[in-house]
Amino acid sequence: MSKTPLDTVEHAAATPDVELPWAELGLKKDEYERVVEILGRRPTGAELAMYSVMWSEHCSYKSSKVHLRQFGEKAPESDALLVGIGENAGVVDVGQGYAVTFKVESHNHPSYVEPYQGAATGVGGIVRDIIAMGARPVAVVDPLRFGAADHPDTKRVLPGVVAGIGGYGNCLGLPNIGGEVVFDACYQGNPLVNAGAIGVMRHEDIHLAKASGAGNKVILYGARTGGDGIGGASILASETFDDAKPSKRPAVQVGDPFQEKLLIECTLEAFAEKLVVGIQDLGAAGLSCATSELASNGSGGMRVTLDDVPLRDSTLSPEEILMSESQERMCAVVEPDKVDRFLEICDKWDVIATVIGEVTDGDRLEIFWHGEKIVDVDPRTVAHEGPTYERPYARPSWQDELQADDANKLPRPESGEELKDQVLKLVASPNQASKQWITQQYDHFVQGNTVLAQPEDSGMIRIDEASGLGVAIATDGNGRYAKLDPYTGAQLALAEAYRNVATTGAKPLAVSDCLNFGSPEDPAVMWQFAEAVRGLADGCKQLGTPVTGGNVSLYNQTGEAAIHPTPVVAVLGVIDDVARRTPVAFQEEGQLLYLLGDTREEFGGSAWSQVIHDHLGGLPPKVDLERERLLGEILIAASRDGMIDSAHDLSDGGLIQAVVESALLGGKGARLVVPDGLDAFTFLFSESAGRAIVAVPRSEEVRFNDMCGARGLPATRIGVVDGDTVEVQGEFSLSLADLREAHEGTIPALLA
Amino acid sequence: MTARIGVVTFPGSLDDRDTQRAIRVAGAEPVALWHKDKDLKQVDAVVLCGGFSYGDYLRAGAIARFSPVMDTVIDQAKAGLPVLGICNGFQILTEAHLLPGGMLGNDHLHFICRDQKLRVENADTAWTTDYEAGQEIHIPLKNMDGRYVADRYTLDKLEAEGRVAFRYLDVNPNGSLNDIAGITNEAGNVVGLMPHPEHAVESLIGTGRTDGLPFFTSILKKLVNA
Repeated sequence: MSKTPLDTVEHAAATPDVELPWAELGLKKDEYERVVEILGRRPTGAELAMYSVMWSEHCSYKSSKVHLRQFGEKAPESDALLVGIGENAGVVDVGQGYAVTFKVESHNHPSYVEPYQGAATGVGGIVRDIIAMGARPVAVVDPLRFGAADHPDTKRVLPGVVAGIGGYGNCLGLPNIGGEVVFDACYQGNPLVNAGAIGVMRHEDIHLAKASGAGNKVILYGARTGGDGIGGASILASETFDDAKPSKRPAVQVGDPFQEKLLIECTLEAFAEKLVVGIQDLGAAGLSCATSELASNGSGGMRVTLDDVPLRDSTLSPEEILMSESQERMCAVVEPDKVDRFLEICDKWDVIATVIGEVTDGDRLEIFWHGEKIVDVDPRTVAHEGPTYERPYARPSWQDELQADDANKLPRPESGEELKDQVLKLVASPNQASKQWITQQYDHFVQGNTVLAQPEDSGMIRIDEASGLGVAIATDGNGRYAKLDPYTGAQLALAEAYRNVATTGAKPLAVSDCLNFGSPEDPAVMWQFAEAVRGLADGCKQLGTPVTGGNVSLYNQTGEAAIHPTPVVAVLGVIDDVARRTPVAFQEEGQLLYLLGDTREEFGGSAWSQVIHDHLGGLPPKVDLERERLLGEILIAASRDGMIDSAHDLSDGGLIQAVVESALLGGKGARLVVPDGLDAFTFLFSESAGRAIVAVPRSEEVRFNDMCGARGLPATRIGVVDGDTVEVQGEFSLSLADLREAHEGTIPALLA
Repeated sequence: MTARIGVVTFPGSLDDRDTQRAIRVAGAEPVALWHKDKDLKQVDAVVLCGGFSYGDYLRAGAIARFSPVMDTVIDQAKAGLPVLGICNGFQILTEAHLLPGGMLGNDHLHFICRDQKLRVENADTAWTTDYEAGQEIHIPLKNMDGRYVADRYTLDKLEAEGRVAFRYLDVNPNGSLNDIAGITNEAGNVVGLMPHPEHAVESLIGTGRTDGLPFFTSILKKLVNA
């Protein structure tokens, strides 16, 4: 076995003409030339590996950041924001000295390749982001999109993804309290597996990813580093070494939730003893990312001895060690006199911890291997000064035609019998059907603080036992709406998540997002992205809910066919006393049903148009964010003052979908009357935004009506909670038993 | 005076803090016990809580059973110390042979989390005196490996001696033989079950029921009156 000489900094400087495989690593020619210009010489193999992965779309946001800036530029004034965009996750003040951190990320591509591990490690990654802020993770949510429900490959991908999320999250002891499951043929080769997490800490416990204080030690702890998730870097390895080692390495990482659980406990114990100056988790780009970001955010430089990294596979090259995305690893910066105690805590939890370097008073990131310097860079150029692209974008030529194909002109049901038939079809359709078969594979109860979990409008967690302070989270996104109009679609996602939080009685505070789109190199996709970001930024400004962080996932497309533009929006809210939360289920017979908001003939992108006509065209529902805010205020006040016993937001599927869900969950039916000025079809199926239904105890009716009247919110009495049927007077009646069979039978029949 | 009830934390235990809270809600004093420590800190009873000790690698409960703390728990349980095993704790008790039988993967091969209806079959154990025999209760269930199995002789003996403490009603969620959800040892001081009573002690949280609280009030009364 012979080896080519180690590609040290010295060697690189002396051999300027050596050709490096920058193209295979995904760098463009001008990007490579920029690296050479920054360094004043050709990069070493290790440096090239670091630049190539840190300048990738995934890590550098090079196509998206010119648009994402709007989230900062248009950010509303908010007293609640403690840490904004740019850290591992944003942090929000929720009162009583508590801070909450939350974020949504994507793990789309790995989950298509290997559904179980792809989804599992998605949970693992987002949870480490939360720990890295200093918080104890308290809940997870999972917004998911799959191909057609009856496509054979969905039966491969979905059960694996669900089992992976459950297998990892359940083993970490994190209740899964929300999310979505959406089917659409556009996601056939590109399922969207987004994962969100929430963490709670005291204000003084907020930690940041920075390495400060010369002489402080850099400690790598958690799992050993292996050859998983290396991806492109193995090309480098094969350039450097001979073939006498395993060449095919898994590009998808393998998760070990048990190790992650130990990592959580051990990190929180170290935080509690104030042992940590700065911290970063190892996710995408592994050690390359952690060392360059820590050094770049700190005041000095960093020196790392790569030989000290504990390995699972002793044949790994330095480039591979820098690139490895082995899971369940963290990097902490610790003052020298606290290192012993930090290592002791790791030992208590049987977590391997190793000092791999220290903070220096210079401004370089230097990495050594076998005593030789193989990396000598300004860390900012790796972590923050990557390329920025102003990708061309243009409104697609087909957009006008799509919008002109008006869903309001589709044939409508003409009799009570036909309405009834379509209601049954709607509630049994895969997107509208009960997702219990999926959610029952997730633990909702662990930690003993779950107040609400799916299928409630938002998940709610108590964070203080004495005062009852709690937080709520909802995630929403409707790719069909966004396809028709990405600006409005993004605002509708925001409006729905905002409404879902308010419906449960919590006050919306802040936003995180996961922006799932096709290829940025397609001007039509780039236009969708630009429009969605502009819509979301404008919407957040108007609602006063800042974007605290999030994630962009591009290249979700198969050949020329991109997914629907799918901005998924998470809204976090706070509730002073979780005892005042409002559930979806009807509670008591005799309570009065009120419809809040205005109902218009809006069927573009609707569930009805999809289920009955397999149609997508026209314009999505109009957005009125001032109305959303007013509706939210009324729902929160009504919950606080005990004026309503149940509430449900109206969105896809319209009013009838919401009524059926509330009825089935409560085991109590409803008698509905079509209000004056509306026809039964529009009343039942319209998807006008800014609406909710509430159940008002008779004793509260006058007070509730007065409040809505005084605030100018339309409130229409539409019926009463009653019996064991859902009846629309003069049209049809459906028994709860039949509705239940239709609503709950679909998903098990397709997937179990 | 009140009782001191220990809750063991193994690496991978998940419901340790929840169980401590349930003990507190019942009015007793929870005491944290650590798996590497043989010392039980003079507690009056011990709960082995739910979770995935050692990741459930090898077999659920199989590694935790050899933790130092278990040496003491096994000795003292044989001498009469009340011990309750919930979910992973139940699995550990069978691995430690404090309770007969064992748990296999759910027959449907999925993790399942649901509000489970049970019948209390034995209200005379140290942990069940605040129930009535025959009482029907709802307790959250959540597990991957919850299918109780034992040989025919053991099952017959458990049934004949009234040692099936809880039975699943309406739905058998995992394929357990004889619908068994929980059992007790002969002396009635060691009880194990798959459902999670510690998740059903507050009316606002989880399923909103408090059907699990009598586990903790039963043991408290027994210890205080002893």
